[in-house]
Amino acid sequence: MLIIKSLEQLGRYTLFMKRSFGLPDKWSVFGKRTVQEIVKLGVDSIPLVIVISLFIGAVITIQMQLNISSPLIPAYSVGLATRDIVLLEFSNSILCLILAGKVGSNIASEIGTMRVTEQIDALEIMGVNSANFLVLPKIVAFIGFMPVLVIFCIATSFAGGWFVAAFTDLISVSRYIYGLQALFQEWYVWYGLIKSLFFAYIIASVSSFFGYTVKGGALEVGKASTNAVVWSSILILLFDVVLTKILLQ
Amino acid sequence: MIEVKNITKSFDGKTVLHDVSATFYTGKTNLIIGQSGSGKTVLMKSIVGLLRPEEGEILYDGRDFLKMSPAQVKSLRKEMGMLFQGSALFDSETVLGNVMFPLVMFSSMSHEEQLERAHFCLKRVNLVGAEDKFPSEISGGMQKRVAIARAIALNPKYLFCDEPNSGLDPKTSILIDELLHDITHEYNITTIINTHDMNSVLGIGENIVFINKGFREWVGDKDRIFTTANVALNEFVFATRLFQEVKDYIIANGKKYPDEE
Repeated sequence: MLIIKSLEQLGRYTLFMKRSFGLPDKWSVFGKRTVQEIVKLGVDSIPLVIVISLFIGAVITIQMQLNISSPLIPAYSVGLATRDIVLLEFSNSILCLILAGKVGSNIASEIGTMRVTEQIDALEIMGVNSANFLVLPKIVAFIGFMPVLVIFCIATSFAGGWFVAAFTDLISVSRYIYGLQALFQEWYVWYGLIKSLFFAYIIASVSSFFGYTVKGGALEVGKASTNAVVWSSILILLFDVVLTKILLQ
Repeated sequence: MIEVKNITKSFDGKTVLHDVSATFYTGKTNLIIGQSGSGKTVLMKSIVGLLRPEEGEILYDGRDFLKMSPAQVKSLRKEMGMLFQGSALFDSETVLGNVMFPLVMFSSMSHEEQLERAHFCLKRVNLVGAEDKFPSEISGGMQKRVAIARAIALNPKYLFCDEPNSGLDPKTSILIDELLHDITHEYNITTIINTHDMNSVLGIGENIVFINKGFREWVGDKDRIFTTANVALNEFVFATRLFQEVKDYIIANGKKYPDEE
């Protein structure tokens, strides 16, 4: 029964995506809406990304110093380990899990409210492909802006580590900076960026789907918002494993 | 003119509309009335294509809506305007933005012409000066008027109104009714209004379709409704003492009405 329900849900999601990826009714309106979504979903998320990254970057640096301080391990390893953790996992997977909460619930509640207040019906009556009109700009905007958020996350995480080096006696700034640059692999940056694009698509599309298919009232909008965050997070974790296997082997 | 022929609609095996047929005339305010749960909203949603009936035909000036291709449906939708029960205005747009929306999406007008048309529609519904306000900043009656302005922006041939007086005080309800009636005649629109407001029925009911338990029970107009022998309609329309007294007074004063259909 659970399998059948899951397959039905997958089928509905696929049909929903098919409608969403049609050609826009009017390109100028699509462009305008995409810019609005970039501001709402992307630019407005920058403060959250900066605050989280700064503190997590600092915490990672402290933990690395405390856990790998040994005469056998070079001191710059703290910077190196911090860098790789940030590049490989924190700036994409963990960041997207956090954004699934902020952006995912925002998308699901916005579209869900439009559904229960008949605004989506109003669009349909006018002859507008509501799925395409509402969802495609969000997907394009969030995927397009995600690399910017990832780069902000990487930069501020490193800055967090730098603050630890500069204002504590755990590690010197020069060794931290040297560690950040040591044995650098450019592919790790690309790996993180590629993963984040997949995760951005998951957050935007899954949250839109849960919002779009709401039936009922305010209570159901709240449930849809929760479901959007939960399922986006699960799918991000699942695809994290799959993409890591594909991209790093 | 919109003709509905033998429409049947079910949900989870339960039939909500049974073989319903009705004709809605151009240039008239056509009312669908009935108790809550009678099937009138399902009928309207079937007519506008938000629900698809299992059987029957829906003809828009002879064009079979249920047999149209997606492109034809899209084209027909540009001839429709709809006023929803909760107004369904876009929260993120101003009053002017809401009225401009269909013009921006579907007209080939220049921006200046779109603005001119939107201002004209707002003036027509007596809503000048609220252009820059958001829906949350205006009253329920004003929201309905904005929704009417948006619905008529593209000069629709067909106007659908789902419970237009819902949540409004009696005076504002009458204003909305009069506005819908005037617009219908002024632009020769086929207007269908879904209501259970008896003031609307007796005020603007030029063609009334009474739905009871999913069946089309009665068809007539606001005059014939006083002399109907239909028990279910009498129980529905004259449920309150006030309306019963009005009916008794009119009949006692000998006013003649055409014979019932």
